[in-house]
Amino acid sequence: MTTAVATAPSLGRRLSNGLYRRPTLLLLLLLAPPLMWLGIVYLGSLFALLAQSFFSIDEFTGLVRREFTLSTYAQLFSPANVDIVLRTALMAAAVTVAAACMGFPIAYYMARCTGPRMKAVFYLAVMLPLWSSYLVRVYAWKLILAKEGILGWFFAQLHLTWLLDAVLALPVIGGASLSVSYIGMFLVFLYIWLPFMILPIQAALERVPPSYLDASSDLGAHPGQTLRHVILPLAFPGIVAGSIFTFSLTLGDYIIPGIVGSSRLFIGQAVFVHQGTAGNIPLAAAFSVVPIVIMAIYLTWAKRLGAFDAL
Amino acid sequence: MHPTPVKAAVSAALFFTAAQPVLSAPLTEIGPGEGVVDIVAWPGYIERGETDPNFDWVTGFEEATGCQVRIKTAGTSDEMVALMNEGGFDLVTASGDASLRLIAGKRVQEVNVDLVPSWNTVDERLQDAPWHTVDGKHYGVPYQWGSNVLMYNTDVFEEAPQSWNVVFEEMTLPDGNSNKGRVQAFDGPIYIADAALYLMHHQPDLGIKDPYELTEDQYQAALNLLRGQREIVNRYWHDPFIQIDDFTNEGVVASSAWPFQVNLLVGKEQPISSVVPVEGATGWADTTMMHVDAPHPNCAYMWLEHSINPKLQGDLAAWFGSVPVVLAACEGNELLGDEGCDTNGLGNFERISFWRTPVTQCATQEQCVPYYRWVTDYIAVLGGR
Repeated sequence: MTTAVATAPSLGRRLSNGLYRRPTLLLLLLLAPPLMWLGIVYLGSLFALLAQSFFSIDEFTGLVRREFTLSTYAQLFSPANVDIVLRTALMAAAVTVAAACMGFPIAYYMARCTGPRMKAVFYLAVMLPLWSSYLVRVYAWKLILAKEGILGWFFAQLHLTWLLDAVLALPVIGGASLSVSYIGMFLVFLYIWLPFMILPIQAALERVPPSYLDASSDLGAHPGQTLRHVILPLAFPGIVAGSIFTFSLTLGDYIIPGIVGSSRLFIGQAVFVHQGTAGNIPLAAAFSVVPIVIMAIYLTWAKRLGAFDAL
Repeated sequence: MHPTPVKAAVSAALFFTAAQPVLSAPLTEIGPGEGVVDIVAWPGYIERGETDPNFDWVTGFEEATGCQVRIKTAGTSDEMVALMNEGGFDLVTASGDASLRLIAGKRVQEVNVDLVPSWNTVDERLQDAPWHTVDGKHYGVPYQWGSNVLMYNTDVFEEAPQSWNVVFEEMTLPDGNSNKGRVQAFDGPIYIADAALYLMHHQPDLGIKDPYELTEDQYQAALNLLRGQREIVNRYWHDPFIQIDDFTNEGVVASSAWPFQVNLLVGKEQPISSVVPVEGATGWADTTMMHVDAPHPNCAYMWLEHSINPKLQGDLAAWFGSVPVVLAACEGNELLGDEGCDTNGLGNFERISFWRTPVTQCATQEQCVPYYRWVTDYIAVLGGR
């Protein structure tokens, strides 16, 4: 027995004892790698980007001049660039509102009215599109929306071509065919991002206790009143979570506006064109600051509405 | 032990000399190859038989010289300039709207044409072309040229359209319907020159002498024409395959295009043909240029010589729908055929305004609108401003 006590404890044991006595050190060691990731890779690249936006570009040679200037931001506020920002923000807002309106009933049905088997089918149906390639789905939509595409054929079969033409004749959002109009682009965005709206709302609705609904009707509320005063407020954090996804994803996307639509640039495309093809990294950086600012405003507004109170 | 101040100074000096870009004169003789050559090229410009085994002009070169060819493709001239500004490449197949920018930015070096034995076989009209020759110095070896064409649907146009007006102005086409929403235009600022070329013939009182050298008034007139065009264009194209799809499924019947799309659509037996209308057309003339800090200059010179051999030139012309810079390539090439050079536009040389970078100091006018304004203004035109 004495020999066992005399044996020096192994290195691992000593380390573990040492760490046990210094909990702060242990915590620091455990947190250092993820914190370094967040600090250096994540925030570092963000700040490198922000710094770039204060440089400018030599207009002929295309080389970046590394001197502090606000001229790049002045360029950002030229009318054509403001158009790009407004166009993108409006599209993102429209897609978000439509996705919430479509997503809520589906999510409600999934959460409240289905048995376990049906719920699995719904989950599968909502997630299934996410299993295939994003590009394939967008190109498929280009064919669906084309002038000589499936939707056009469908309208012709129903003798409703006049209706389609009337919709496409609308100013601004119309165009020569669905695939070159804002309406078409809106439909594609709505399709692509809808699952990101349904799932958070569904999760929020699942958490509403059925007893609340019973209590509400026991106290004489109409179903409509229950929806307005009980369900909606409780599901609101889910709607906001979903809207953050659909809004920010639409704000940054550059592939859909390049394939469907009328070649009017969106923020993502402007970043891509200025960075990738024109080598104008400062202006690209300034452009990518825009979604950050818009999202900051959006989140502040959502917080005011009490969306994060339940967190 | 600490390094003595002298040692530190010497090593610092050595370090700085090593880090300096070599601003020496061009090579005077070719040494042994470095084993690798890095090239920035247009897609389809340097083929090693991976897409179609008949089109391979790399493997033979690699076996003969021991220089592995590494290719980085770039989709636009602006992207090429950006890549060359980053550095690390030996060669770039620059179009005329990039080459002068590269020379002005000191990104490319003078080429010693004595080290390119076949230099004299290059089409004489291209040997001293202004897009790669500055102050009598050659900054590259011509590689290939071609013209943009007016691609049209033969079901709608039974006879080839005579003028570019079918894509610039709203009108009724031969099939009785308006061209609104059925035409396309190129999605790049250099397209402003196409508008200027059109105005050069239709509004001579503007005094446009060269579509790449525009005074403020001429430039505004071109932009106005393009703003009108925005109303009838359904979508601007930059991806050839999306344009092919639009001609097949979207009811597009006329657009500026490359011979590349025309060849593919004709190959799919679509009712498509192309023409260079009376106004002429814009075109590209590409030059292989060498980076000022090229890491593998010997292999680069070997590629420059290889790039103008008649076999490569003919095969490439057949593949890309372009025209060889070595006229000997037009005869006896199996892939190109004896008619190939004429089909691809050899006879149009005089009618083509080759892409050049618009600069402030220009030859035909007092002062011209520079390229950076073309970029921002064209984005505005696309947005409807």
